[in-house]
Amino acid sequence: MNPRRVVVTGMGTVNPLGHDVESTWQALLAGKSGISPTTNFDAHTFPTQFSGEVKGYDFAQHVPNPDRHVHAGRHCRFALGAAVQAWKQSGLYDYADLDRTRLGIYLGSGEGSIDFDNFTGTIVDSWRDGKVDTRRWAEYAFKRMELYREVEQESNMVVAHLAAEFGVRGPAFNVLTACAASTQAIGEAAFQVRRGDADVILTGGAHSMIHPYGVTGFIRLTALSSRNDDIPTSSRPFDQTRDGFVVGEGSSILVIETLEHARKRGAKVLGEIIGYGSSADAFRVTDQDHDGAGAAASMRAALEDAGVKPSNIDYISAHGTGTKQNDQIETLAVKSVFGDWAYKVPISSVKGMLGHLIAAAGATELITCILAIRDQVVPPTINLHHPDPDCDLDYVPNAPRKVPVRTCMSNSFGFGGQNNTLILVGDRDAGQ
Amino acid sequence: MPERRVVITGLGVVSPAGIGMDALWDGLLARRSFTRKITAFDASEFPTDLGGSVEDFSARKFVPKSYRKSVKIMARDIELAVGAADLAFRDAGIVTASAGADAELTIESSRIGCNIGAGLICSDLDEMGVALASSLDDEGKFSLAKWGEGGMSNLTPLWLLKYLPNMLACHVTIVHGAKGPSNTITCGDASAHLAIGEATRLVERGGADAAIAGGAECKLNPMGLLRQSKLNRLCTTWQGDASEACRPFDAQHAGTVIGEGGGLLVIEAMDSAKARDGRMYAEVVGFASACDPCGIDVLEPTAGGLGQAVRAAMRDAGIGPEQVGLIVTHGTGVAGEDVCETVEWKSVFGDHVERIPAVAVSGSLGSLFAGAGGVELAVAAKALHSQTVPPTVNFTSPAPDCGLNLSSEARSGDFEYAVSAAFSVGGQSGACVLRRIEP
Repeated sequence: MNPRRVVVTGMGTVNPLGHDVESTWQALLAGKSGISPTTNFDAHTFPTQFSGEVKGYDFAQHVPNPDRHVHAGRHCRFALGAAVQAWKQSGLYDYADLDRTRLGIYLGSGEGSIDFDNFTGTIVDSWRDGKVDTRRWAEYAFKRMELYREVEQESNMVVAHLAAEFGVRGPAFNVLTACAASTQAIGEAAFQVRRGDADVILTGGAHSMIHPYGVTGFIRLTALSSRNDDIPTSSRPFDQTRDGFVVGEGSSILVIETLEHARKRGAKVLGEIIGYGSSADAFRVTDQDHDGAGAAASMRAALEDAGVKPSNIDYISAHGTGTKQNDQIETLAVKSVFGDWAYKVPISSVKGMLGHLIAAAGATELITCILAIRDQVVPPTINLHHPDPDCDLDYVPNAPRKVPVRTCMSNSFGFGGQNNTLILVGDRDAGQ
Repeated sequence: MPERRVVITGLGVVSPAGIGMDALWDGLLARRSFTRKITAFDASEFPTDLGGSVEDFSARKFVPKSYRKSVKIMARDIELAVGAADLAFRDAGIVTASAGADAELTIESSRIGCNIGAGLICSDLDEMGVALASSLDDEGKFSLAKWGEGGMSNLTPLWLLKYLPNMLACHVTIVHGAKGPSNTITCGDASAHLAIGEATRLVERGGADAAIAGGAECKLNPMGLLRQSKLNRLCTTWQGDASEACRPFDAQHAGTVIGEGGGLLVIEAMDSAKARDGRMYAEVVGFASACDPCGIDVLEPTAGGLGQAVRAAMRDAGIGPEQVGLIVTHGTGVAGEDVCETVEWKSVFGDHVERIPAVAVSGSLGSLFAGAGGVELAVAAKALHSQTVPPTVNFTSPAPDCGLNLSSEARSGDFEYAVSAAFSVGGQSGACVLRRIEP
């Protein structure tokens, strides 16, 4: 028996550049920056005072049953909005025969934002002689901290909200492999569909770490750009002057299903996932494997799974965070896998425009691959004006490029060394 | 390529019963419970001060000397996973890169995968307090401006890495040089079943020859107690001995007790295990996951569609209810959850539930959250291997509407298939079917 083919029939996104797929795509092709001064909290004394925030998003306008989700946290609201778009595009609102036990959900969702004021306040108020007096803390915490703010931080709660919204009864997973989470979720979801464990799966990711502790964590790791004086150009993947990534937030969700199921219900095929690879650096929690072997192993595994040669890849959507280390090592890894073709294949990182959506990054980038195939144009890497001798490939600097695009690779590498790669094509049967 | 058969060859458990699978198994057979008064911090003002702690444990003993300083950046959850992983590989007789650069590896590094379930890692209040106390204004209130100016520098630079749930898998893959696919599943109590199921699929399809899989978690701290209390899941009314408070499916069940622990299994291709003459505890023959859309209502108990997961896992295994000889329940001891779980098992097995021996381990250990499923599946594998059903500790008489075939005594049997399933707050569930390895 041939393995089932896995196609994308719906996609949705809420991100720093837009609240839907088309406006996001137009902004990306126009090379716009979604990075701006941070407003989620008062960051004016922080070493980094900017981020890629979702702006002006009115949850109730995007979701049919907002009252069902009154306790949903910030990233969960993004996810619901994105999922509704994907569901709509896939035509599933108009398909009454969907077997809910054959509908799954496989997300790479981040944890919810901590209740900063109360968490911080209870610790400060119960601080005695160099430690927290847990008797006092209990008293304050039970009064001030609220059930749903706490429970909604568990990263499986976005799955719970999407399951409630769409009546999901089939396989349900959340993975949280840091910056690689939603690429991993989509890849694993594709395997579920291929194996026949579900007909349709909602997959993708959601995350917001734009809160004081999230930003603190990245600042302490010295991972963030601190270019406060030039915010729109702060995210500079592959540029010699890059000084760290810019944290963003958002969600992107896709509907994937078997080709057979899509055809049966007359759904339009937007793309087909033909390969997935995963690997571990097993090197250090603080650094990537210096020779890029882990990242390369992930790309090779995906190529093998897809049964395509490196020279068949027409576009690589890079992880491209804009940290010194990632961009250099990713370049090395691409060279080791692609050989001469590494210098010819267009590669870009949309993180220059969106910032790094962390767990939601990979799904958002996969959507850009689908659109690149649809429109035969690849998005640019903006803010790339100073070539870095260690990053000497074709990163599609500053302007989109019309090129024939049939097959795309999308890479995500997580903090701690979990690497994931997807390979995608358009509707292979179109026009037949 | 045809799917490969997959077996469990290593059991690694760190639990309140002690370090290692033997401590747990012996404790269960001796009908011992390890829940006790919390001593790690003063819990006297919490609605309960009971917990199941792991005593005398540090990951330092389970990593190479060169890696010991990294233990400082491991939250307790991570330490538990690192300990359980080392125990599992040793139990399997697999030499990994942790034995040093010159060691002869049993399985090539790139062919070892990893999938470790984790939860929301709780903040260490004292660690936060030290840093926050440096950022107070003149009135002693926290100042975000001061925090941004420099107060945050009082947190260790790698602070964030202590709390990322993928760090359980990352440290384990680093210590053991496991370079195959690596995943982290975060679905509450269902995490470890889902992780072990996914690892099984990975090996089955040839993506790895072996994988370290399961879960670990520690909610035995102030934040964990707060959150579980607010969910009304904890036993707060028990007047008797602390060791008797967690009573899954028992007439006096009145909530769970927070434990801590990890259960990691070595999942391996049967061909690989046979080629190296490794011990096989059981074969993983079925796996499935399901979801209950009502899981969003976290104060309303559900069992996460467990019945559907079990049905699909049995279909995957190609077996019917009459072939199952052991049910390893999740059995949290939360009254509403025990009832929902029973309904789910009965929906699959009907009258067979009266025949099939069942067991719950939380009476002995408390709830281990993302670690629970790893321990439960280790127990299922050990039970199949030894053809012994351990007692359900603290079970004396069944609660109304909880008519599973539990016993306070150990039972020996002749059974081929065991089914184990777990569910999360939030509504996800996972189920695995294990088969006895014929001697």
